[in-house]
Amino acid sequence: MNIFASITRLYHQFASPPYFYRISGLWLPYIMGLCALLFAYGLYSGLILAPIDYEQGEAYRIIFVHVPAAWMSMFVYMVMAATGAIALVWRLKLAEIVMISCAPIGASFTFLALATGSIWGKPMWNTWWVWDARLTSELLLLFLYLGVMALYNAIEDRRTAARAVAILALVGVVNIPIIHYSVEWWNTLHQGPTVTKFDKPSIHLSMLIPLLVMAVAFKLFFIGSLFMRVRTELLKREQNSKWVSALLESK
Amino acid sequence: MFNAWVQIFKRDLLIAFRRRSEIIHPIIFFVMVISLFPLAIGDDKVLLQKIAPAIIWVTALLATMLSLDNLFRTDFEDGSLEQMTMLKTPLSLLVTAKIAAHWFITGLPLILITPLLAVLLYMPSESISMLLLTLLLGTPTLSIIGAVGIALTVGLRQGGVILSLLILPLYIPVLIFATLALQNVEQGFSAEAQLAMMLAILVLAITLSPFAIAAALKVSLN
Repeated sequence: MNIFASITRLYHQFASPPYFYRISGLWLPYIMGLCALLFAYGLYSGLILAPIDYEQGEAYRIIFVHVPAAWMSMFVYMVMAATGAIALVWRLKLAEIVMISCAPIGASFTFLALATGSIWGKPMWNTWWVWDARLTSELLLLFLYLGVMALYNAIEDRRTAARAVAILALVGVVNIPIIHYSVEWWNTLHQGPTVTKFDKPSIHLSMLIPLLVMAVAFKLFFIGSLFMRVRTELLKREQNSKWVSALLESK
Repeated sequence: MFNAWVQIFKRDLLIAFRRRSEIIHPIIFFVMVISLFPLAIGDDKVLLQKIAPAIIWVTALLATMLSLDNLFRTDFEDGSLEQMTMLKTPLSLLVTAKIAAHWFITGLPLILITPLLAVLLYMPSESISMLLLTLLLGTPTLSIIGAVGIALTVGLRQGGVILSLLILPLYIPVLIFATLALQNVEQGFSAEAQLAMMLAILVLAITLSPFAIAAALKVSLN
């Protein structure tokens, strides 16, 4: 009971804007610093140390950006929908802000995955674009993100907009698997997953480690940029509150 | 509880029959857009026959989307929607009456006019019956999913463009399964799997979306 109470208190404490602003400000340099270190290591070992692929030559090295970006594009949507559900149920202002801050970041990851995939496709498949299942569902994911952003910008009242977007994000989450599998049935040319195979990954360890390092770096980058966006949005929304003016005076 | 459902269903049908343009305009749009394709492509019988299912389905998608504006707009503006939220019957149930009426007004006439257009595009007769079956299973889903989008945008002034951004990605599974079913029939295979999937999507849409629609309407009424 005691533990439960303290968890609830921690949760509410974390959801209060001044507390979040202070704590995230403390964490941000460490997150971004670690992110930069991992990026440096991941890029160096991926682009220089990792061996050349016997089939795809040097061109395969784009996976160290492409694959983490594609993973993040899905992950960010899930974060957006989860915080959207929290925002709908508990009406937490912070959850609303986190949700809406996810959208542009997720859209950028999706765009990055599409762009790098397209660049990779040119030497591999000899075409910039194919109407293949995974590419198409990634493109549709980008459309979903754009819809979320368009809806948020169209509604003037920020809190109403956030609740509308939360509903849309949840509807999207139910639809993502349906869209994904319908597109999969429709056409498939993309190579199958190579990392998440259950028995043994069909990717060599010297390529897998940089890939995973890059994935962690991308995740940290997401958290860092999310924090920055949320902090800015918090300041903007709470500009008339006491803690913001106290913050300004102390500077 | 079901009395209110029947009342709303009847009322919406009655309003539509008093203002027939609501029924006729989407059909005119449907016929006109489809007749643009032969004009743009040329009277190429083989090509038209090949892409006819795609043309009809994409146009049906757009026609449904355009007709959605009528679904909640007038009720939203004259306040009857607000009254509905205060009834004992849950709003999520009442919206299904409105959607059912909307499908009768726009979806059904679309299906009825389709054989004529399919003949204009040189579709063989066995494909036409499959086309009608896919439309029968698909257009209710389009109306239901579209209702979510329109419920979110009904309070907005420039809702139309945003509506298309919101719901067109969600329409894609229906489009894919419908056209796959038609391709299968054309090549002499069974289309049972695709039809089963379309039915599954319809059932899922009927069970889950009313809650999203009701929640979205409450947000829009705010």
